[in-house]
Amino acid sequence: MRYLPKSPSERQAMLAAVGAQSADDLFACIPAQYRLQRPLNLPGPLSEAEIVAWFRARAAENSLGFTSFLGAGVYNHLRSVVTDTILQRGEFLTSYTPYQAEISQGTLQAIFEFQTLMCELTGQEVANASMWDGSTATTEAVLMAERLTRRHRVVVARTLHPEYRQVLATYARNLGIAIEEIGYTESGQLDANALAAAVNDETAAVVVQSPNFFGAIERVPALAGIAHARQALLIVAVTEAVSLGAVRPPAEADIVAMETQSFGMAPSFGGPYAGVIATREQFVRQMPGRLAGQTTDSAGRRGFVLTLATREQHIRREKATSNICTNQALCALAATVHLCLLGKEGLRELAAQNLAKSRFAAAELARVPGVRVPFSAPYFNEFVVELPRSVRIVNDALLREKIIGPLPIGPWYPELTKRGLVCVTETTPRSEIERFAAALGRALAQPI
Amino acid sequence: MYPTDFRYTKEHEWVKVSGGTATVGITDHAQHELGDVVFVELPKAGAQVTAGQSLGTIESVKAVSEIYSPVSGEVIEVNPALANEPEEVNEDPHGAAWLIKVKIANPGELSALLDAAAYEKFIAESEKGNPV
Amino acid sequence: MSDAIKKAGRHVSQNEGLIFEKSAPGKRGFELPPLDVPATDPRAALGEEYAREAVEGFPEVSEVEVMRHFTRLSTWNYSIDLGMYPLGSCTMKYNPRVNEFVARLDGIATEHPFQPQAVSRGCLEIMRTLQNCLLEITGMDACTLEPSAGAQGELTGLLMIRAYLESKGNPRRKVLIPDSAHGTNPATAVIAGYEVENIRSDAKGQIDVEALKEQVGDDVAALMITNPSTLGVFEPHIGEIAEILHERGALLYMDGANMNALAGVSRPGDFGVDVMHLNLHKTFSQPHGGGGPGAGPVLVRKILQPFLPVPVLVEKNGQPVLEMHRHTSIGRVRAFCGNFGVLVRALAYTLAYGPGIRQATEDAVLNANYIRRRLEDVYELPYKSASMHEVVFSDARQKKNGVNTMDIAKRLIDYGFHPYTTAFPLIVPGALMIEPTESESKDECDLFVDAMRSIAEEAATNPELVKRAPHTTRVGRLDEVTAARKPILRWKP
Repeated sequence: MRYLPKSPSERQAMLAAVGAQSADDLFACIPAQYRLQRPLNLPGPLSEAEIVAWFRARAAENSLGFTSFLGAGVYNHLRSVVTDTILQRGEFLTSYTPYQAEISQGTLQAIFEFQTLMCELTGQEVANASMWDGSTATTEAVLMAERLTRRHRVVVARTLHPEYRQVLATYARNLGIAIEEIGYTESGQLDANALAAAVNDETAAVVVQSPNFFGAIERVPALAGIAHARQALLIVAVTEAVSLGAVRPPAEADIVAMETQSFGMAPSFGGPYAGVIATREQFVRQMPGRLAGQTTDSAGRRGFVLTLATREQHIRREKATSNICTNQALCALAATVHLCLLGKEGLRELAAQNLAKSRFAAAELARVPGVRVPFSAPYFNEFVVELPRSVRIVNDALLREKIIGPLPIGPWYPELTKRGLVCVTETTPRSEIERFAAALGRALAQPI
Repeated sequence: MYPTDFRYTKEHEWVKVSGGTATVGITDHAQHELGDVVFVELPKAGAQVTAGQSLGTIESVKAVSEIYSPVSGEVIEVNPALANEPEEVNEDPHGAAWLIKVKIANPGELSALLDAAAYEKFIAESEKGNPV
Repeated sequence: MSDAIKKAGRHVSQNEGLIFEKSAPGKRGFELPPLDVPATDPRAALGEEYAREAVEGFPEVSEVEVMRHFTRLSTWNYSIDLGMYPLGSCTMKYNPRVNEFVARLDGIATEHPFQPQAVSRGCLEIMRTLQNCLLEITGMDACTLEPSAGAQGELTGLLMIRAYLESKGNPRRKVLIPDSAHGTNPATAVIAGYEVENIRSDAKGQIDVEALKEQVGDDVAALMITNPSTLGVFEPHIGEIAEILHERGALLYMDGANMNALAGVSRPGDFGVDVMHLNLHKTFSQPHGGGGPGAGPVLVRKILQPFLPVPVLVEKNGQPVLEMHRHTSIGRVRAFCGNFGVLVRALAYTLAYGPGIRQATEDAVLNANYIRRRLEDVYELPYKSASMHEVVFSDARQKKNGVNTMDIAKRLIDYGFHPYTTAFPLIVPGALMIEPTESESKDECDLFVDAMRSIAEEAATNPELVKRAPHTTRVGRLDEVTAARKPILRWKP
């Protein structure tokens, strides 16, 4: 087998060296009734070519050739081949967590650069080396707020991604954290008055997303004021990180929980991505996740190490700030490389292109008879459309034309049936946006 | 070696009583075991501490230790130097690196503590038979 | 350089500053295709209240500089592609490159988790096939591929235990965890809302069955074990342990980190485990990538199936389908359905082996035993039970000259290896935890043994050499104390 570097004679020699007659002897320590007497019933073994063929066949059963208008927490953006080239260097791909700093300086310096970029993007003072994704980063931010304030209530915007809210609920249930949800106004933004009424002296944190699930940008400074008036913390979740190239960063937030998938990670049917938590320096010891810090060796050379490790599971065990161990290092590297390639001007231009494309699409769709864009708040690259009939049925028709249409939001917002979420990025050609509008017109013109 | 006017716990804290006030710190043995101290987490003035319960933690690079209060009472003062200079704990654990001062609620608790001789004996014995 | 060092030699590597230090206005690394719709002024589109100028401090560098920068950085890392990582319980095996290739295929990498299931049949088939393979390997009844990592798998498993016990009327209060356990176990138990109670290991480093009998009361929800243990030893009383727990209504959780000793040879479902996780970044060859991503699928017995997190992969008319709602579910543990890209790689690995995966397990156990046999005369072996895929020594002999496990590990770097796991498990003071995996040839194992024997010699005759190691790296031992006292966590202009 090509992954096993032993010849039969070497195996024999090694078995002899350990005093075993055969490989079976090595498992004598397992009670006989637990030793398998049959080979496992598994597909394979497959050669490399057969593996490739098998997965190509699976790829052909997916959405090749379709144009997608989906966002909702996962975004199609251009990726440079340079990112993949660097990611696939064996020294990055196949290296371990940088606990042995002397031979992991490549990883550690890259993490330090990632942390810096995340601070600059979010307007916060310190950022960690990554969490699993935006949804678990948001949940961990809530747990962090709970530790910092010693309060056990959270007020959460309904405009926070529904799956993020579900994850938070799963964790909160077992930790005695009470969650209250606050609705939105006709602008599509969080209802600030309802928020002010809900925040009290038991509130650990207010959790909002910006741009929110409807695509609307929230008024972060005002929301921070409401939270801080009662000594609660403001947590801002960001699912579309490219927005920070054009939208004011949530600097007034106490904790930012961001998904960085938009920077260099393919959608890949849901993961792996990389979340990140960024916060104020005064909170750093309560922040979960790894941290790379700058230091020197005895000769005064600059180097980097994992630091503040006493927060983590391998030292603190049941008193750790989190149970996280494996994080998303390689994905965070993708984000780092991607952002270095884009740079200051590239990110600005990328964000501007997204704004232009989404506004063009909104205008095209609004011209289709029966279609409305109901929310009035400014948006980045996603917006909600309202159709005169079931979004699902319209999407079936669009699918026949190889278009993946608006994501129906009725299942999560029962008061918003017939509404769907549309995302347009720099990757969607104008011709496809026009084709979408035309196909939508045809689908709506069909008799019911 | 260990100040005779202090009393000690088996968790390696020391306490010096003056009037109704107890000054609390960790012993030289404890700082030696911890290694270079990087951070000290202490309660705020006004907080209540309870004998035998954790009042905070001391961190080195590779370990964290709970600090157990030898006495119960209200914290009246917290050593301001340790926030910026945690290394004081290694350099002068019995003097400049005192942690907190407590208004003693229950003087009877002091009788459960070890004197210097008993503490030194305790350390010597635990080092001898110590496999872990 | 000592003559004993055969595997590594010096070579020149490039210096490289931070990317921000190379930045200058006007440089671009990536150009976008021109806009084909009318341009918008962001300030006009968003309004003054919401708009931002460019991101201050962001680097401006060319593509060449980005390539050079990260290439240079990469040359400062050790990696599996370069040589052995004998890290215990990490299972640093070869990361097959075909896995990378298939994960990047158009139609695999490009799929959106919210796209209609009708155009996701390939993704769902990948998930179903992997799920079935993992069920066959572990002997369990049901599976979720959702958790992002081992620690999240542990949480998912414990939450399912809680839900199951709640359905029986009492979630109970405590989880028993051995003192040899990985730190994620107690950390996770607390997040699941349980108290942690330690259970002692006996003189052989195994679960003390008598202690277990005393400690399993009706307030104990579960015992979390690793089998083989973090000492690399199979729990011979595992069947009895499972019975004791089950008799008293408690469950057995197995941390599957050491599955590399069992795949194709023994199945946790056969020896009484109720719920377990696997680490796809260990046994199933997902690259470590400098610290992640991984995945931690959870496998359960039938009794826990109703509590699987959503979405649940089920069969409808012979087709795999993701079921978004299940009212007995513990809920969702992350957005979307899991680290799909990791699942792809794990499946590609499994397909490459088929039933031959047993050979990998045999080679892994053979390598560990070979290394044990060739080092047990120079390093102290605190627990003498048979080793499976990893062996744990201690630094007791070398300590006499003031040389500890960390020093030996640092000196091993000069010999061209990544260190083994130091100072874990906690029940062995001064531990050297060594897991070679099946990916190491006899030559590499011999070079490792020779290196370790040479260092043992150095510890006896020239301890300072070991204590001040490594000597041949770009940077020496770094000041971790100042890094923790006065953390510098970002570059500032």
